[in-house]
Amino acid sequence: MEFREKALIMDEAAIRRALTRIAHEINEANKGVDNVALVGIRRRGGPLAHQLASLIESIEGIKPPVGVLDITLYRDDLTALGPAPIVHRTEVDFNITGKIIVLVDDVIFTGRTARAALDALMDIGRPKRIQLAVLIDRGHRELPIKPDFVGKNVPTSRQEIVSVLVEEIDGENKVVIEEIVE
Amino acid sequence: MRFDRRKDLLGLRDVTREEIEVILETAVPMKDIIRRDMKKVPALRGKGIITVFYENSTRTRTSFELAGKYLSADTSNLGVSTSSVQKGESLKDTIKTIEMMGPDVLVMRHPSSGAPHYVARNTGMRVINAGDGINEHPTQALLDMYSIRERKGTLEGLKVAIVGDILHSRVARSNIFGLSKFGCELRVIGPSTLIPPDVEKLGVKTYGNLESGLKGADVINVLRIQRERQHGALFPSIDEYRELYMVTPEHLALAADDAIVLHPGPMNRGIEISTELAESPRCVVNEQVSNGVAVRMAVLYLMLGGGRDEIAG
Repeated sequence: MEFREKALIMDEAAIRRALTRIAHEINEANKGVDNVALVGIRRRGGPLAHQLASLIESIEGIKPPVGVLDITLYRDDLTALGPAPIVHRTEVDFNITGKIIVLVDDVIFTGRTARAALDALMDIGRPKRIQLAVLIDRGHRELPIKPDFVGKNVPTSRQEIVSVLVEEIDGENKVVIEEIVE
Repeated sequence: MRFDRRKDLLGLRDVTREEIEVILETAVPMKDIIRRDMKKVPALRGKGIITVFYENSTRTRTSFELAGKYLSADTSNLGVSTSSVQKGESLKDTIKTIEMMGPDVLVMRHPSSGAPHYVARNTGMRVINAGDGINEHPTQALLDMYSIRERKGTLEGLKVAIVGDILHSRVARSNIFGLSKFGCELRVIGPSTLIPPDVEKLGVKTYGNLESGLKGADVINVLRIQRERQHGALFPSIDEYRELYMVTPEHLALAADDAIVLHPGPMNRGIEISTELAESPRCVVNEQVSNGVAVRMAVLYLMLGGGRDEIAG
């Protein structure tokens, strides 16, 4: 399948403003970040979680610990077709029990990734509270899951694809809507 | 990297280097799961795994069962010695009976070389060879390769010496097929009666004594003397074998400075490996056992795990 860029939704500055606002909101919602840790969902939630942690540090002077969660083994979109997706390591080097964990992902769509992430997180400890931060909410939820912090709401059709590009993986920071080229 | 789903895993001879790399990479996060308090992920929920061993086993069978359980598959074992096999049921009928009970994968060990291949051709179940006669034992070689890579950082170009009864060793054959795909320099060491005459065709160098064969080796894989597979007298006595081929710390000194020692188990201490060497920190036999579970989790996941939706969300 080939994809064509249809529209630029956020450029680097817009992403930075959105993440800065989320950093403030995380701080306010939890009355400080003493007990807060960020866990990014692979792949692009990881770099976003690191960016958020740096922004929180510049606001509060405290850098929350950051981990990365691989949810491949927790997905529910099982089909026997095609190769099994490659599994990567979960890298959460701190004890999550008793902490406020902010899950970070690039896009929330059906909610199934977030559901898998909740299960994956719960298997490595018992957080005091779990919150969800996403850069883009594109609607079309299939599960009763609602993010606590949203960078931008983007109404989309199901055929469209929202791609978040991050410097660490893609070499640039931007958000675009793509469509499949027939 | 991708791993195209294969129906069966019968040997490493027909597995590509890329497939092996994906299996070894996948085993890394699997090993993390084994170390957690909560040793279970839902990846293979609803899948059935049955182990059928026509030969004895401690670690292979148990590690397949645990690997399946850690991935949430349902695993069960057909106890061959207490089954209708003892009433004379044929292999074909036994396998058909198992198939009708619905498991997705059959993990099978059999004293006859080629038995799992025969079964794989005649069943819709996926078949994993857990050792067939003197042919192959692919998951043992994969866990050996994982253990080597974990200690050495790479497999590429290593000098690997395999010591002992090469003739009867499916472990040796699978190791040779696997490691040769990574450009390893492969050596086999043992009495000439226990070295297959055509082994050099596999790109292996043969050595009649430990002193010459171990020089500069990065890895020494010591095989078990398999008394159950030797029907003729292939070496004069256990005492003589010990005298000439038991690997000791003095032999390790001839190898590379950071050489490691593997053994597939069960060890005959004081015959093919000295107790002192078996207890040495350079001997990775215990790590091999843990790695065996991780590697088998990787194989089961890659053969049975779900594919991805086109659009994640």
